Amino acid sequence: MKVVVVGGGKIGATIIESLAKESHDVLCIDSNPEVVAEIGNIYDVMTICGNGSAYDILKEAGVENAELFIAVTGSDELNMLSCFAARKMGAKQTVARIRDLEYNTESLGFLKSSLQLSMAINPEKLTAEALFNLLKLPSALKVETFTSRKFQMVELIVKANSPLDGISLIDLRKKYNEKFLVCVLSRGNEVYIPSGNTKLLEGDKICVIAASEDTHKLLKSLGYLQKEAKETIILGGSKTAHYLTEMLLKDRSSVKIIEKDKQRCEDLCEHLPSGVDVICGNGMSQDVLMEEGIETTDALVALTGSDEENILISFYAMSKNVSKVISKVNRNELSGLAEKLGLDCIVSPKHIIADILVRYARALHETIGSKVESLYSLMGGNAEALEFTVTQDFEFSGVALKNLQLKPDILIAGIIRGLNSFIPGGDDYITSGDKVIVIAKGKSLCSLAEIAEGR
Amino acid sequence: MNYRMIFSTVGKVALIEAGLLLLPLLTAVIYGEWWVVASFGITIAVALAIYLVCKVLFKPKSGIIFSKEGLVTVSLAWIIMSLIGCLPFIISGEIPDFADALFETVSGFTTTGASVLTDVEKLSHGSLFWRSFTHWIGGMGVLVFVMAVTKKDTDRSIHILRAEMPGPTVDKLVPRAKDTAKILYLIYVVLTAVLIILLICGKMPVFDSIVHAFGTAGTGGFGIKNSSIAGYNNYCQWVIAIFMFIFGINFNLYYLILLGKFKDVLKSGELWAYFAIVGVSVVVVTLNILSMCNGFGEALRLSAFQVTSIISTSGFSTANFDLWPSLSKGILFTLMFIGGCAGSTAGGFKVSRIVLVGKNIRRELRRSLHPRNTSVIKFNGKRVDESTINGVNGYLAIYVVCIAVITLLLSIEPFNLETNFSATVACFNNVGPGFSLVGPSANYSIYSPFSKILLSLAMLLGRLEIYPILLTLLPKTWIKK
Repeated sequence: MKVVVVGGGKIGATIIESLAKESHDVLCIDSNPEVVAEIGNIYDVMTICGNGSAYDILKEAGVENAELFIAVTGSDELNMLSCFAARKMGAKQTVARIRDLEYNTESLGFLKSSLQLSMAINPEKLTAEALFNLLKLPSALKVETFTSRKFQMVELIVKANSPLDGISLIDLRKKYNEKFLVCVLSRGNEVYIPSGNTKLLEGDKICVIAASEDTHKLLKSLGYLQKEAKETIILGGSKTAHYLTEMLLKDRSSVKIIEKDKQRCEDLCEHLPSGVDVICGNGMSQDVLMEEGIETTDALVALTGSDEENILISFYAMSKNVSKVISKVNRNELSGLAEKLGLDCIVSPKHIIADILVRYARALHETIGSKVESLYSLMGGNAEALEFTVTQDFEFSGVALKNLQLKPDILIAGIIRGLNSFIPGGDDYITSGDKVIVIAKGKSLCSLAEIAEGR
Repeated sequence: MNYRMIFSTVGKVALIEAGLLLLPLLTAVIYGEWWVVASFGITIAVALAIYLVCKVLFKPKSGIIFSKEGLVTVSLAWIIMSLIGCLPFIISGEIPDFADALFETVSGFTTTGASVLTDVEKLSHGSLFWRSFTHWIGGMGVLVFVMAVTKKDTDRSIHILRAEMPGPTVDKLVPRAKDTAKILYLIYVVLTAVLIILLICGKMPVFDSIVHAFGTAGTGGFGIKNSSIAGYNNYCQWVIAIFMFIFGINFNLYYLILLGKFKDVLKSGELWAYFAIVGVSVVVVTLNILSMCNGFGEALRLSAFQVTSIISTSGFSTANFDLWPSLSKGILFTLMFIGGCAGSTAGGFKVSRIVLVGKNIRRELRRSLHPRNTSVIKFNGKRVDESTINGVNGYLAIYVVCIAVITLLLSIEPFNLETNFSATVACFNNVGPGFSLVGPSANYSIYSPFSKILLSLAMLLGRLEIYPILLTLLPKTWIKK
C-alpha cells in the first residue's frame, strides 16, 4: 500500500518507522533537507524535500495513487491544506494532525467534512486520555481500553511477596474467581505469551485482560493498592496538560498546574474552568515543588517539553513517595534508560499516534471476514493486542476454538457478543458480529483468519 | 562494527556467484570442453564452501548496519568475488599465473576490459563466456543483485546501495531499496536481451552476440577476437556503438521513460551534458581522422564507435586509435576521465560530477570578482546541497591523488610515461585500453606481477569510487583502540 507522510519530525518519523516495518511503500515529504537526508538514511523509504502542500511536490510524490496520506507537520493549517490538496488530487484516505484548541471544538466535525478528512488526530488529546486512564488505575503501568469498553488491558509489574510472586497461571486461575487472563509476559529482554504452567516471578511485567467492570476488584484482590488519584500535580502547561486538566476536573479531582511562563499561565486560567490551581513557577525547583505540596499529593505528571526534565522531576517525586508518578518521554533511548533506572510509568505520545495509524493502515487492507478495530503495541512493540470485528463471511465462523489450529504465539483473549463479554475456552466459537481480541507476538495480523495455521 | 552482518552478506555473495558460475559451466558442457567444466565445478564447490563457513560462523545478531558497514561489506564482497572468479582460469590452466588470472577477473568484474592475454582466440568457450559474464555481473553490481533476490529487506540498506552504485548521490526509484534493485536489474536484463537480438539479426554468431552484449551492457569491453569488434560488419559496429552510449546513461531515466515522464527526462542536466560531450567529440574526431579513412562514412563510424566506447568506459575498439593524430588521442584521453553518467554501468569521474565541478568553479570565479555574491548551485532544476558540492570536490581531490600515486608506483616499470600514465588512467576509470604499449592492439602482459596487482587494485578503487576500498584498507577500520 502506498502511504505518503508529510512531516518527518518526532511523530512523523515514528509513523514512518512503523509503517515501513509493516511493508508499506512509504514516501516522506519534508521541507528541511537535513531531516529528509536523515530519514532516507535510516528507513527504507523514499524522500522528497519540499513543501508538502504544494501541487508540484505532491504530484512528484505521486499522491494520486496514494491509498493513505498523512500530514503531521508542526502546523495545523499546513496539514489541513496538504490533506485537502492531496484529497482533490486523488489520495484515497487523508489523515491530518490538528491540535490547536481552537480547532478541536465542535467545529472539528465541520472541518473534517469540508476537507473530506478521513481522520483528524490530536496527539495531545490522545496522550491526555492515556494519562487520565492511568490516573484512574494508578497501580497499572499502562491501561488500554478496547472500542466497546467491555475489556480493559492493564500492564502490571509483579512485586516481591505479592500474591502474584511465584504462582503459576493455573493456580492463579483457581485462586481467584474473577474473569481475567494474563496474556503477555515480559521477563528480562524476552517477551512470551505464557501458558498455564508459566510461573510468575518478581520483576516480570505482565499484561492482564479483564472485563472493564471487574478491573478494580481484580486489582484489589491481587494486592495492588487501589486508590484513585484525587489530587494531581501537573508540571508544564502544555496542550496535553490542558486536556488532562479538563478531564480530571470533570471527574471531580483537584488539579494543580505548575508552569514557568507567565503568559501561558494566564492563558490556561482563561480557558480552563476555575477549579484549577495554576502556579507560575519553575517545576525543576525543589522549593516550588515542596511549597506546592509534593509530599501530600497523590500523583504527579511530568509534561514539560524536555524529556530529561521530566525524567529528573519524576525521580525526585518518587524519592518524596508520591504514589503515582507518570512522565512523558518521547525519545526511545531515554525511555529505555529511565525504565532501567526504575521509572516504570512512561507515556510516549508518538507511539500512541503510531499505533493508531498502523491500525488504520491495516484496517484499509481489503480483508474478508473481519476488520481491525483497535491495535495496541505491547512491551516495547514486541507483541500487539488487536480487536477485530467479525463480519458475515468469516471462514471459521462457528468452529469451536479447540478445533482451530492456531499459529504459535497467538492467543484469543476475549470475545464480545452483543452485551456479553467473556474470555473464551476451548468450546467457545467465533461468529459474525462478534468483537474478538487477539494477542500476537512477532506478527502483524491484518485479518482474523490469519490466526489459523497455514493462512 | 557489525562484523557478523558484513561476513554474512559476503557469504551470500559467494552463494550468488556459485549460482552464476553455473552458466559458464553450462556453456562449457554445450561445447564439450570437459576440462573447463571440471574447473568451474571445483570453483562452484569452493564458493559454496565459503558460503557455508560464513553462514555457520557469522550468524548476524542484529541486522543494523551503518555507513561504515555498508562500505566495508561492498569492498570485501568485491574482493572475495574476484578471488573466487579467477579460480576457473587457474584450475583450467588457461591463465595459469595467479596475478594474471586475478588481473583478468578484476578487469572483468570492474568492467574495465583490460586483458593480459596475447591471443584471446585460444581460450575455451566456457572461459570466454565467464570473462564477459563477469562484466555483466559487475556492471550493475553484485550486491544490488543480492538485494534484489533476497527475501528480507532491512532498514538502512541504502548504505549498501550507495556504496556500490556510482555517482555523487543515489536516488531510489521507489520507496523500498529492494524494489529499486529489482527495477534496475529488470531494465538491465531487458536492454541486454534487446541488444542480443539486434546483434543476432546482424548475422553475428549467437555465442559472439551474447558475449559482446554482456561486454557492452556492463560497459566492460572484453572481446573474443584479437581484433576486438573490427572484424564484424558495419551494422553490428553501429549497434554496439549506440548501445554503449545507451548503457552510459543514468538508468533512473529509463525508469522515468517507463513511467511516461518524458518531461522529467528532458530536465536532466547530466543527460544534456553527456549528449553535448559525445556530439562534439564525435564531430571533432571525425574531421580529424577524415584524411586517414576511405570517405566520410567510415570516419564517422570509427569515430562514433571509439568515442562512445571510451566515454562509456567500455574499451571495445574497431581501429587502432593509438595511430590517430594527437588531437583525436587527446580527446579520447580526456573522455577516459569523464566517463558515463551517474547511476549507469559506466566508470570514470561521471558526467554529473564534471557538471557540478564546472558550476562550482564558475561560482568561485564570480565570488572572487564580487566577494559579497551569494548563489546556490542548481542541477536538474533543483538546488544542490552544499554537502553534495563538498563531497564532489573532495572526491575530485582524492581521485587526482589516487591516479598520481598509482602512476608513480607504476613508473618503477621500464616503460615510457605515456604507457604508464595511460595504463593507470585506463584501469582506474575502468576503460581498458590505453595508449602506446598498452594501446588497443596491445595488452597488459608486459607488466610485472606486482604492477598487475597494483592495477587490479586501481580498477577496484575506480569501480567502487575509492572510499569503500580505501576505508577497508585502513587499519583504523579494523583495529579497536
